Amino acid sequence: MNERNERIHGVACTFRNVSDVFHAAEKVRDAGWKNWDVHTPFPIHGMDQAMGLPRSPVPRLTLLGGITGFITGCLLTWYMNSYDYPLIVGGKPYWSVIFPFPVIYECTILFAAFGTFFGQFIFNRLPHHHHPLFDLPQFSRVSDDTFMIVLEARDPRFHLDDSRNFLLSLGGQEITVIRA
Amino acid sequence: MAHAHDSSQERPAILDRVRPAELPRSPLILNNRGFHWITDKVCGIVEEPTPLWWKVMFVAALFVASFTFIGLGYLVSTGTGTWGLRSPVGWGWAIVNFVFWVGIGHAGTLISAILCLLRQKWRTSINRAAEAMTIFAVMCAGLFPLFHVGRVWFAWWLFPIPNQNGIWPQFRSPLEWDVFAVSTYFTVSTLFWYMGMIPDLGAIRDRATTWWRKAFYSLLAMGWRGGNRQWSNFEMAYLLLAGLSTPLVLSVHTIVSFDFAVSNVPGWHTTIFPPYFVAGAIFSGFAMVLTLMLPLRAIYRLHDVINQYHIDNMCKIILATGTMVGYAYATEFFIAAYSGNSFEKFAFVNRAFGQYAWAYWIMVSCNVITPQLFWFKKVRENHSLVWIICLFVNVGMWFERFVITITSLANDYLPSSWGYYSPTIVDIFTFFGTFGFFSVLFLLFVRFLPLLPMAEVKMVTPQADPHAH
Repeated sequence: MNERNERIHGVACTFRNVSDVFHAAEKVRDAGWKNWDVHTPFPIHGMDQAMGLPRSPVPRLTLLGGITGFITGCLLTWYMNSYDYPLIVGGKPYWSVIFPFPVIYECTILFAAFGTFFGQFIFNRLPHHHHPLFDLPQFSRVSDDTFMIVLEARDPRFHLDDSRNFLLSLGGQEITVIRA
Repeated sequence: MAHAHDSSQERPAILDRVRPAELPRSPLILNNRGFHWITDKVCGIVEEPTPLWWKVMFVAALFVASFTFIGLGYLVSTGTGTWGLRSPVGWGWAIVNFVFWVGIGHAGTLISAILCLLRQKWRTSINRAAEAMTIFAVMCAGLFPLFHVGRVWFAWWLFPIPNQNGIWPQFRSPLEWDVFAVSTYFTVSTLFWYMGMIPDLGAIRDRATTWWRKAFYSLLAMGWRGGNRQWSNFEMAYLLLAGLSTPLVLSVHTIVSFDFAVSNVPGWHTTIFPPYFVAGAIFSGFAMVLTLMLPLRAIYRLHDVINQYHIDNMCKIILATGTMVGYAYATEFFIAAYSGNSFEKFAFVNRAFGQYAWAYWIMVSCNVITPQLFWFKKVRENHSLVWIICLFVNVGMWFERFVITITSLANDYLPSSWGYYSPTIVDIFTFFGTFGFFSVLFLLFVRFLPLLPMAEVKMVTPQADPHAH
């Protein structure tokens, strides 16, 4: 067949309701697939377990951001009010962690939020404007009311005909080959 | 599935014996609307041809907004004397308006962050619009302290940037804390708002028919594909931002109250200020959410998504926070009487019976008495009345800030330095114009961005549960 010779991204199939796609995902997970995904209009409760996904790594960057923010806040206030231009106010110490605490607190939150926000982009590999999925006509319904399982060609288990039949056995409706 | 099975095994034996009544929860989406209906409804607002009411409102809002910009232009070109500020009242309407607008913003963050952590599913219907309200309200708020510094072209001295004098900001000042609190609040709220919008922008992109719409929403949606691997990170980031915004929003109005509480002026120097300001902020913010959402609900026929249950909940929050504010007013009086400090006692007697008694009683009647009507179901179900009560709350909360700021400054320690403050026409026009500025931004949001978080609303429908058959 001609399509075997083209570069293939994977095989997609659509599902009409949450329960079907959820149980199909469990079967894909149990079959031992690694490079695959379930595209849904909204996050489905429990889908991470159904797919066997590990916990999201975003909190690591949040923590890193928070620590950076706290240190930045401390250094900022210490350098400016105590080191570079010491200010005497009310005979108090030039610097302590107490008086500029609101500033340090806000810096901690700000940098932790940056860590979280950019962490989401980094771990989701966004922005990503060109993707083979966007060429699929039925993909435009995935943000509306359709659910889609995509098995990717880079998975060692991938074999075009077998994978198609596997998706058929899961109860998928429209099965399409995605060209890279 | 294994998950659900485990939890049923862990069910305490007592529950089988007493058989607790299964009370039906109020449906969040009426008429059993499906996913496609939600997408059509929300995307339809952006996709329809610009309605006439929008054009009329937009032109009107631009006209009103011009009052602020002409007012500020006149202030800068002529001098700060054009505002009614003079000794002893150096903080006039500018600070009142600043606190008023920042307070409005707090409801948006409460809905998007605190109610998210508390798993209040009803928040999803109003979340996006309330967050937009937060951001635009903070923009209006920011204008006032910026111009209140007098020489606005030196406002960048507030930021920790080296200036020609070689002097840095002084971090012992609550006003400097405010700079950090409000700018962090604005930044984090915007990040949170935008990140939550990405999947919905993707949905509008996928339906786009014209090239400019496709290009515009593709750019904003960042290539979102809705894969569960993406959702997993997205939901984690959303939860973390909610967790970060919660202490942030509480700290912002706390720090705003420090502007007053850290000083030694009678009536300001009290420890009740932070919780009292935060409760007041949420109170006024929810009133503003209802003021905005009730007309939008009627215009766009969103009755199934924003139903009586949502309105009831918001009214009850207004009732609860309004009562807290009333309690705080009473506590202030008690503490003043109990303190044995004659200046403190005078400050409060003067508020209620002095030269600004008219403002005090407007405040009490709007903030303490009006929201009590929300005890009655009949009132909560009469949406015109709800809307009017919310306007009263907005007026009352503006007067609260007026009473706090002005009465304490106008009559402090030395009777020889007392005075009576009144605003000038420039003050009034500048404040009036901010409603136009806010409306311009909010109308643009309604027209071009998804008004309701589609993904989140779909998530709370019964058919989104993978274990329901």
